[in-house]
Amino acid sequence: MKAKLFDYIEKDNFVFNLSGVTKLLCFLILTFTVMYSYDVRVILPVLIFSFWVLHVSEIKFAQIKIMLYYVLVFIAINFVLTFLFSPQYGVELYGSKHELFALTERYTVTAEQLLYQGTKVVKYLSVIPLGMLFLLTTNPSEFAASLSSIGVSYKAAFAVSLTLRYFPDMIRDYNDIALAQQARGLDLSRKERLGTRLKNIMNIFVPLIFSSLDRVEVISNAMDLRGFGKHKKRTWYAFKPLVKNDGLAIALCVAIALAALAVAFFIDHGRYWNPFVA
Amino acid sequence: MKKLFEFKTKTIVATGIGAALFMLLFMYVKVPTGIPETDVQTAYGLGSFFAALFGPIAGFLIAFIGHAISDAVQYGSPWWSWVVASGISCFIVGLAYPRLKVDEGVFGWKDVLTFNIFQIVANVIAWIVVAPVLDIVVYGEPANLVFTQGAVAALWNAISMGVIGTLLLFLYSKTRAGKGTLSKE
Repeated sequence: MKAKLFDYIEKDNFVFNLSGVTKLLCFLILTFTVMYSYDVRVILPVLIFSFWVLHVSEIKFAQIKIMLYYVLVFIAINFVLTFLFSPQYGVELYGSKHELFALTERYTVTAEQLLYQGTKVVKYLSVIPLGMLFLLTTNPSEFAASLSSIGVSYKAAFAVSLTLRYFPDMIRDYNDIALAQQARGLDLSRKERLGTRLKNIMNIFVPLIFSSLDRVEVISNAMDLRGFGKHKKRTWYAFKPLVKNDGLAIALCVAIALAALAVAFFIDHGRYWNPFVA
Repeated sequence: MKKLFEFKTKTIVATGIGAALFMLLFMYVKVPTGIPETDVQTAYGLGSFFAALFGPIAGFLIAFIGHAISDAVQYGSPWWSWVVASGISCFIVGLAYPRLKVDEGVFGWKDVLTFNIFQIVANVIAWIVVAPVLDIVVYGEPANLVFTQGAVAALWNAISMGVIGTLLLFLYSKTRAGKGTLSKE
């Protein structure tokens, strides 16, 4: 278990110098665009674009390797499960049937199903670079400031920043407690029965959670004493003001989103691209 | 009288710390059941405990933030439909908050029942209604797949909340001194 989840290594390039607000907005706009569209002709350019931005931002492959593996496993499982559960979902969706070959009667591979599942793979793949970009190029301290400037209540934004601040502490506490309990003979591995394992996990949970509750008291007293929450608004130390490049980046993302919507409304007449109805 | 939607400094801090714990458990402390991708997430037990102690807003934010950040860190991007469903499940558990007096040391059989009724309703709504419907609407996933996944998630999360949540509340109530428990000698 690593106390450090991801590295924020500051660099001097276009993407890093953008304000956190811009990156949050662009991330949200582009992910929702990709989520909405089921047209491979729209998603593929976004995918290429996001990998290009990833390249521009000089993020090293080693930094994103683990995430990439996780996502590939997830996509593979989703791909297999989709086919197992709904082998004819594409046929239902596109309203035509072009059989390619049959495995069994139920599991007939159709062109429609391949298009549907293929689009889905590209869709899920294109979201990853966007998320990684946002995560790896935004200073964690700036995150709360960004959230509050897109309209999230500053109290909720502060909770997010507390989460990021205390996560490594929690990992450390957890490790200390888990090692101490394991030294006393507690088994958490698969060798133990499910019921026993739950009981053993409780023996780590209780000290971890109760000490965290004490910590809640200490922190909230400290914040109250400093007058937290007295005013309706607050300012942020880590806030980066918006400059011309931020405007450019936001305009570009909005343009991509509008283009995707235009394709959906005027060309596809819906979320799905249907090449089978000629 | 406890207000359902109050958001004091203490609630904010509890949300932050709770979400950090939620993230930790969500990513690292799962109980494998033998079926791939369907571990019992102990994080929901914790989420329900915090929701019962600090109310629905804290519950919602803990699960929402915790789930979103751990998804982002592991997969690069949050799976929004399930993140929202997580938040809603802990929000509904949090509605039990004004009925419980755990921080005054009271957690009897009646309270166990109250907590578990809320918890089961919460899981059914979140995982059998909200998550699959959002999956279909937002991501265009096939219906029978997402409803099966939802039903499995509802079952495991209800077990997690029912066992871990109830136990934590019971143990926590034991550490609190109740009202009027001092006696004159």
